[in-house]
Amino acid sequence: MNEAKAKLHVLSEFTYTPSTVERGYTGQTLYVNVGDGTIKGKPVTEDMKEKFIGGRGFDLWLLWQGINDSTKWNDPENEIVIASGPCGGTTQYPGSGKSIAVSISPLTHVPIDSNAGGHYGPYLKFSGWDAIEVQGKAEKDVFVYVDGPAGIVQIIEAPEDSPTDTHMLGHWLNDHFAASEKDKQQMSFVTAGIGSDHSYIGCLNFSLYDRKRHDLRYKQAGRGGIGTVFRDKKIKALIVKSFPVKGDSNHPADMERIAATGADMQHEVATFDPVQNRMRSRGTSYLVQIMNDYDLLPVHNYKFGAHPDTPKINGDIWEAQYTQNMPDGCWYGCTVACAHAVDAYEVRTGPYKGQRVIVDGPEYETIAGCGSNCGIFEPWALLEINFYCDTYGIDTISFGTGMAFVMECYEAGILDKEKTGGLDLHFGKAEETLEVMHQLARGEGFGKIFGMGIRQMKQYFVEHFDADPQFVQDIGMEAKGLEYSEYLTKESLAQQGGYGLTNKGPQHDEAWLIFMDQVNNQLPTFEDKAEALHYFPMWRTWFGLCGFCKLPWNDVVDPKNSLSAEPAKIPHHVQNYVEIYSGVTGKEVTTDDLIDMSERVYNLQRVMNIRLGYGLRDHDAIPYRSAGPVTEEEYLSRQERYDDQIREWFDKDPETMTTQEKMALHREYREGRYEKLIDAVYKRRGWSPNGVPTVEKLQQLGIDYPDVVAIVKKYL
Amino acid sequence: MILVNQKHQVAWHKGITIRDVLKIMNYTYPHMAVRVNGTPVLDDQYDTYTIPDEADVRVIHLIAGG
Ligand code: SF4
Repeated sequence: MNEAKAKLHVLSEFTYTPSTVERGYTGQTLYVNVGDGTIKGKPVTEDMKEKFIGGRGFDLWLLWQGINDSTKWNDPENEIVIASGPCGGTTQYPGSGKSIAVSISPLTHVPIDSNAGGHYGPYLKFSGWDAIEVQGKAEKDVFVYVDGPAGIVQIIEAPEDSPTDTHMLGHWLNDHFAASEKDKQQMSFVTAGIGSDHSYIGCLNFSLYDRKRHDLRYKQAGRGGIGTVFRDKKIKALIVKSFPVKGDSNHPADMERIAATGADMQHEVATFDPVQNRMRSRGTSYLVQIMNDYDLLPVHNYKFGAHPDTPKINGDIWEAQYTQNMPDGCWYGCTVACAHAVDAYEVRTGPYKGQRVIVDGPEYETIAGCGSNCGIFEPWALLEINFYCDTYGIDTISFGTGMAFVMECYEAGILDKEKTGGLDLHFGKAEETLEVMHQLARGEGFGKIFGMGIRQMKQYFVEHFDADPQFVQDIGMEAKGLEYSEYLTKESLAQQGGYGLTNKGPQHDEAWLIFMDQVNNQLPTFEDKAEALHYFPMWRTWFGLCGFCKLPWNDVVDPKNSLSAEPAKIPHHVQNYVEIYSGVTGKEVTTDDLIDMSERVYNLQRVMNIRLGYGLRDHDAIPYRSAGPVTEEEYLSRQERYDDQIREWFDKDPETMTTQEKMALHREYREGRYEKLIDAVYKRRGWSPNGVPTVEKLQQLGIDYPDVVAIVKKYL
Repeated sequence: MILVNQKHQVAWHKGITIRDVLKIMNYTYPHMAVRVNGTPVLDDQYDTYTIPDEADVRVIHLIAGG
């Protein structure tokens, strides 16, 4: 026992005998109420496993039961639920250790799901719990401590002098909860930071102990403000101490099947990654230059798709900055190992100025969102923003997209130095961007306004700064209240749907169809797009049910895949997942079964949105910047393309029209086709024209529970 | 004339290869599935496979985002 831990004040304690994991499940979930101190186990029923599988499915099902029809994000009954999934914790197949967190979002007011690497989810399972469900609000800051080997769960008062910011808190937790190096390896934390205390864009950090660096690393469940909910509940950290991880910790049904499938995939990674995306040396940063080359990189708040300075922040730059030859998998056995870091970065601004820290990343979304989208092409600034977002507990995507919106508002005259407290926020202003970040973390000045997120900033700018409501609506890149992730969608109708027709808001992990649609031209009709907007969101949902990372599915592939009938689906990798799932759980499934599993969860999430007063057609609207050019500057930057489209689509001569007339014509057409896309997608998904899953659909999926049916019936 | 992805016209000349077309189209992504008139062409043939006039060339980028 660590002596420092013995001095901490335990508010509530529960003892248990950890169930052994059998075929990927422990058969129990953990319920913790930090408000009233209740801690208990709940059984996982066969029906729950059959219908909701695990991970995001379990999270949503537990949340469904924990909340009522009027629960708001900051009500005590809102929950944060975290689970990995039946295959989570597998070490033979790359990318098998993800955790998914779900909660009602302060940005969207409906459930958000956000996945992260790190060790928490698998360690929780290997400590006896398939999921953790945290409800209530504590009076003072607390830790929730799960110790599998000791068989205890405790709610512990966090001392006032314990840090909140992640990189400081992690060390403090190791000092207080780990008695040895071995303990550190068996522990993982979920933390946020003071940015989560003062904004709606808070993220969660999931730790892993890096055995080579002898230090903590963090992966982020960034989207939707779950960090904000976490701090609103006054949780400082979730801590787990696990039994040691072994190759068969999941006690799978068929170890040989898993090992054989894993060996094939590991061979594929070793052979092809060096000549394809080079994830092992550059991670997702390789995408920066690719997106720029195809005019898809968000630049200056999604006005443009490329910038001449992109080579200053592309994958080559980061490959040189990332510390190489380190094991950078975010779970054991992930040979794709894309989770790179920059070691010993010396912080230049803010409260940690002068400290040397590990910066986890930056990954593509951070580089594009906080870099090109804000006109910032200085690597040091991106490292600094990345570090502070993580340690303050702020989502880099919402931060980058939000700052890009603010910068355009500044350049459009909606904001000026007087309104920003003296900050010049033109595109490209790196130091000032960091100052907004520090203000946000302190809950002060313009940073506090910024921390509300784009949707609330729009309203604030209209009410306080006389902004034109239509203009800020058009250029503020949020839908459902969530900031867009970092891809330009104007020329891909399917991807407009990939962002707009989501349950949680515009995050690309549901559907990423830009190349299939815009470049490959594989989805020429509305029906083709609708089919893709059915299949891919369901397929991608499946990773989150089982504890998988999406990247090994399609970021390294045997070239022979190009000979398959549907190369975009990467059929031999889909088959690998069938093998692993069946090998772990002992249930024989087909590739179609995987889609059915997701459809159940996806439709439950849709009904949950409706239950909470959202989830209808109106809520699937997108800002016009996502569909076409809002400003003359934007139109003129791609005039040749837009003029050609006027000839092709309308059989008109653009030479005889003013720019405003041409823009109006484009807008009418582009907005109209988005509505047609919605019709086609709803039909394919088995939803009514108002976006409501039909009773027949719920019956077909086997989730026609009386309370679920009662909700949809009100709208059918 | 060569039709790329049923959308873009590329001028044909004798001996034009897959690599030439990828360069003209600025297709820089390293992992693609290419078919010429329905026949798959593997990446080790991009420099040598010559495309006939009027060919229907499909270049499927196997990229599916973050
Ligand atoms: S592919 Fe990258 S993000 Fe996914 S599990 Fe492996 S290291 Fe983590």
